[in-house]
Amino acid sequence: MRYAYYPGCSLTRSAEPYDLSAKAIAAPLGLSLQEIDDWNCCGATEYISINRNAAYALVGRNLALAARQGVSQDLVAPCSACFLNLRKVDHYMDKYPAVREKTNAALAAGDLHYEPGSMHVRHLLDVVVEDVGYEALQTRVVRPLDGLRVAPYYGCLIVRPQWNGGEVDTEYPTHLDRLLRTLGAEVVDFPLKTHCCGGHMTQISADTAYELIRRLLHNASEYEADIIVTACPMCQLNLDAYQSQVNRHFGTDFHLPVLYFTQMIGLAMGMAPADLGIGREIVSAAAALGKIGQAAPASPAAAPRRKRDDKALPMPRQREEA
Amino acid sequence: MAERVGVYVCHCGSNIAGTVDVEGLAHWAKDNLDGVTVARDYKFMCSSLGQELIEQDIKEQGLTRVVVGACSPHLHEKTFRRACANAGMNPYLCHMVSLREQVSWVTSDKGLAYDKAKALISAGVRRVQLHEELEPTEVPVNPNTLVVGGGIAGIQSALELADAGYQVYLVEREPSIGGHMAQFDKTFPTLDCAACILTPKMSDVGGHPNIHLLSYSEVEEVTGYVGSFHVRLKKKARYIKEDDCTGCGICIEKCPKRVVDEVFEAGLGYRKAVYRPFPQAIPKYPVIDRANCTYFERGTCRACEKFCPTNAIDFEQADTYLDLEVGNIILATGYDLFDTTQIPQYGYGRLANVFTSLEFERMCNAAGPTEGKIVLRDGVTQPKSVALIHCVGSRDKRHHPYCSAVCCMSALKFGHLVMEKTGAEVTSFYIDMRPLHKNYEEFYDRLQQEGMHFIRGRAAEVTDAARLPGEDGKLIVQAEDTLIGRQRRVPVDMVILLGALQPRADARETAIRFGISCSIDGWFTERHPKLDPVATMTDGLFIAGTCQGPKDIPDSVAQGAAAASRVQGMISSGTVMIEPIVASIDEARCSGCRICNNMCPFNAIDYLEDRGVSFINAALCKGCGTCVAACPAMAITGAHFNYAQITAELEGILYDAMRGNGHAVAAPEPAAAGG
Amino acid sequence: MHGPSSDESFMAEVIATTPGAETLITCLQCGTCGGSCPSGADMDHTPRHLFAMISAGMREEVLRSNTPWYCVACYYCTARCPKDIPITDLMYSLKRMAVREKLYDDRDAPDWSKSFIGMVDSYGRSFEFGLATRYHLTHHPLRKVGVGPMALDMFSKDRMSLKPDRIKGMGQLRAILDTAKSQEAM
Repeated sequence: MRYAYYPGCSLTRSAEPYDLSAKAIAAPLGLSLQEIDDWNCCGATEYISINRNAAYALVGRNLALAARQGVSQDLVAPCSACFLNLRKVDHYMDKYPAVREKTNAALAAGDLHYEPGSMHVRHLLDVVVEDVGYEALQTRVVRPLDGLRVAPYYGCLIVRPQWNGGEVDTEYPTHLDRLLRTLGAEVVDFPLKTHCCGGHMTQISADTAYELIRRLLHNASEYEADIIVTACPMCQLNLDAYQSQVNRHFGTDFHLPVLYFTQMIGLAMGMAPADLGIGREIVSAAAALGKIGQAAPASPAAAPRRKRDDKALPMPRQREEA
Repeated sequence: MAERVGVYVCHCGSNIAGTVDVEGLAHWAKDNLDGVTVARDYKFMCSSLGQELIEQDIKEQGLTRVVVGACSPHLHEKTFRRACANAGMNPYLCHMVSLREQVSWVTSDKGLAYDKAKALISAGVRRVQLHEELEPTEVPVNPNTLVVGGGIAGIQSALELADAGYQVYLVEREPSIGGHMAQFDKTFPTLDCAACILTPKMSDVGGHPNIHLLSYSEVEEVTGYVGSFHVRLKKKARYIKEDDCTGCGICIEKCPKRVVDEVFEAGLGYRKAVYRPFPQAIPKYPVIDRANCTYFERGTCRACEKFCPTNAIDFEQADTYLDLEVGNIILATGYDLFDTTQIPQYGYGRLANVFTSLEFERMCNAAGPTEGKIVLRDGVTQPKSVALIHCVGSRDKRHHPYCSAVCCMSALKFGHLVMEKTGAEVTSFYIDMRPLHKNYEEFYDRLQQEGMHFIRGRAAEVTDAARLPGEDGKLIVQAEDTLIGRQRRVPVDMVILLGALQPRADARETAIRFGISCSIDGWFTERHPKLDPVATMTDGLFIAGTCQGPKDIPDSVAQGAAAASRVQGMISSGTVMIEPIVASIDEARCSGCRICNNMCPFNAIDYLEDRGVSFINAALCKGCGTCVAACPAMAITGAHFNYAQITAELEGILYDAMRGNGHAVAAPEPAAAGG
Repeated sequence: MHGPSSDESFMAEVIATTPGAETLITCLQCGTCGGSCPSGADMDHTPRHLFAMISAGMREEVLRSNTPWYCVACYYCTARCPKDIPITDLMYSLKRMAVREKLYDDRDAPDWSKSFIGMVDSYGRSFEFGLATRYHLTHHPLRKVGVGPMALDMFSKDRMSLKPDRIKGMGQLRAILDTAKSQEAM
């Protein structure tokens, strides 16, 4: 399965471990990721704050290049913000004729053109879950992550906004949970798994930003997570690189390592941590990862038989897990 | 013999006269159109004086045809036809031309308007001279009525018809009648106990000699037309012989299999595999839930059979079918509650102490799973604080755009019950308060006095992730208190979601089965939303209660009564007139190709095997003309819209070209944008 | 856009800057956006409040408000709004309008965005180190607690570069962006 690959600016350095681990696991999973030649920045959440037409055109160049280079109809982005920008411009060009005209008029100045809908923008997590699938992933697991309690942190932009009635739950998705469970880890379903990490707020207002990060760290540690697993470089940066600031600001004592789901997959496939960029996180994951294979997996307690005088009311029927 | 046509041009105040030269038009008609004996203009033709003008002219001038240029047939065709009938002329010899909706209301250009008005009047005059005297068909009305749905609306309809002396078949698909009202604890604003006011009516239904109660039954097929419907019913097997069952309930007691009752207890309580939905069920006979019965699953148990003192259990019982003949049908099939798991941020299904309104009704009900005690999901702990969230799935483009009409009042009711039974703090999260009907606003005032808290802000989320002091172990409702412009987090023990009322899951299928329509939302469509809320576009089919749209109990009862009254009107007149504007097939020309059979939207065309031709049932035919146009042999005639009449109308429109008098009508200019 | 709001109203102006924002005139003022916002407590006005002010034509107060600058673009509001109003996109539009009219008291936030796009306009890629130095040197670095130690950590883990990456097609990108910037209605 071939994909046009859009790493995004963070993956070139600050989130290089994400790029390394993604490429490391790609081949064994049957994914061929071919980087778009000469891609440019997607504009993050900044360009659109200054000039909309330019922000769309900036993204449009990437879509046009990908379409022209013809590697695949699927454009995969590992970074949630890039994912949002790419699919938003594609969607808006399709839905709003004025956006389509203006963006293509700008692209024409660079001898480019983009027909909306010609690329399917996907997030790397969705590609692994949908195109590879849990069963195929299971067969590749040689070193199950038993003994490790992981908190799956989706962040916001991977599940929101949904256009055209998408099927993913925008509040409580379960696909990353299920992926991590497939790797053998014990998944900690913490309620704030799609709450925002604050994005660039660290540069706007430290108070606001640190509070948002603190909430996530607090909730994950309340649920006794050993590791937070994320799918976005911004989330990783905020939770990891600013963790000591948060501790200083609030007098807390968090030591929660934050890794990418691709690194977790790589570990479960038996790859060496260094090859996956593990060790480059600010809050070290070494101690947590040492737990893998140590603790015997707790045998699931048999569901107690309902006692005759048990007054508890039945819970409503649950929705199926994705 | 030439016809004598009277032409009447209405001013409609200034509605028509403001744009069309009505006086000139009348004169022009008299001077230029063949067959016109008299032509008048008048301020309001629909008034009694206007009608008398027509009647007088018919008598004194010996008119044989009438053309009225006025508003539109939808509004006043009946009026003018009746005027003609009063004067002794067949009403179908009267024709209406629309000079308002088709002329003065579509242009402000007087020249264009006058030209078009002339063309239309000319068309009407030419056509009407080819009209035939038609007689409506009179069909008998079977005095029996079918009421589908045994909730409060259906019960009301059934009782009124039965009390009036007519036979009613009341069909209900659950084992007992009562509907959603039977699930409630108290009703607003009186705080009457729902069961206390409902069960007497249920009892009346059960005992009424004129009501044939067909519970645990469903309608399979409906054919026929107003006055004579044939209905095929399936009576589902109860596996209990009603003739032998005394309703003692020993079978229920002895049954070892317990399952969650998803229907009556809204999933909050349990029932056995053999069960009665609730103690006051009418009829009293239990039902064996085949899907959950150990005997049907594995062939063992049969405890109910062992212990039944009258040998009333019959595992071999089969579904039976019943054919009924009725004259009218009232649909009162009720509503379903919105599935609140579709709004995951409210936590229903994930957070234990989030409840739906129906779950909470069952909780408050003294005969419910907690014997009326308000407790958390653990079944034991009393809440000290409760939040009520309004508009869950209502007023929401993602789910239902409409307001569900009853939730604000239900929230007030719940608030009262919680405070009365537990003394807990109650906070309602609302967008607008809608206490609309009699004594409802006073009920709101009462709850304010009782100390209920109100936060104007749609709840953004319900979470158990504590952040601030006082939140540990609680459910936190986060919302913007819009009246102070601040975000608030309110920690509570229990959250109740006021979910939307939505059409039954199978509403569309039901509509198709009975031959009526649904709106986009899925509610059954009434004939006119303001002036005819219980009739449908299908004669003989009426709707009542929440199946027509969300409403409270008083409105459901009123609609049930209204539908019964309409049916009584039909029954007491004994016959119903079917419009004669129908199609008919000339047998001699029909080749039996059957192209028309499947085209008919009203299933009015049958194929007669023995004669090899198709045949149109005039009572079912609505005169839409589809078959007339489709027939390749032109064997079908549409009465009142035959080939000659339509052609005459076209010739009338082209009057100036036909005359060849060299006067060409200027091509109309495209209408001005937004004009 | 139809309806009583005149085409010159502030509401109409805001709607025109944002594709799909016609639904703003149907805002129920329900407060779901304000209630959902993770940074709502730190805003002068909640998003809902801001929309009420837009409807009332309070142009200057709206554009001076810190609300859009505190938006973290998490899309909770957009995902939950019962009237399908593209709230996050409206926040971006309000940012642009405020920048254009230089109407935000605290200059930090707009300056951060402008510095970022300055990098993109020069290199076609973002350049964190350059961005940080340019921005923080002019914006009282001591106020932005923690950037110093954070940067050191990042260097030590080889997650920050001292040199920018540059795309090959800068000329092409520049032509595209210049054309886009010259188009009307930002």
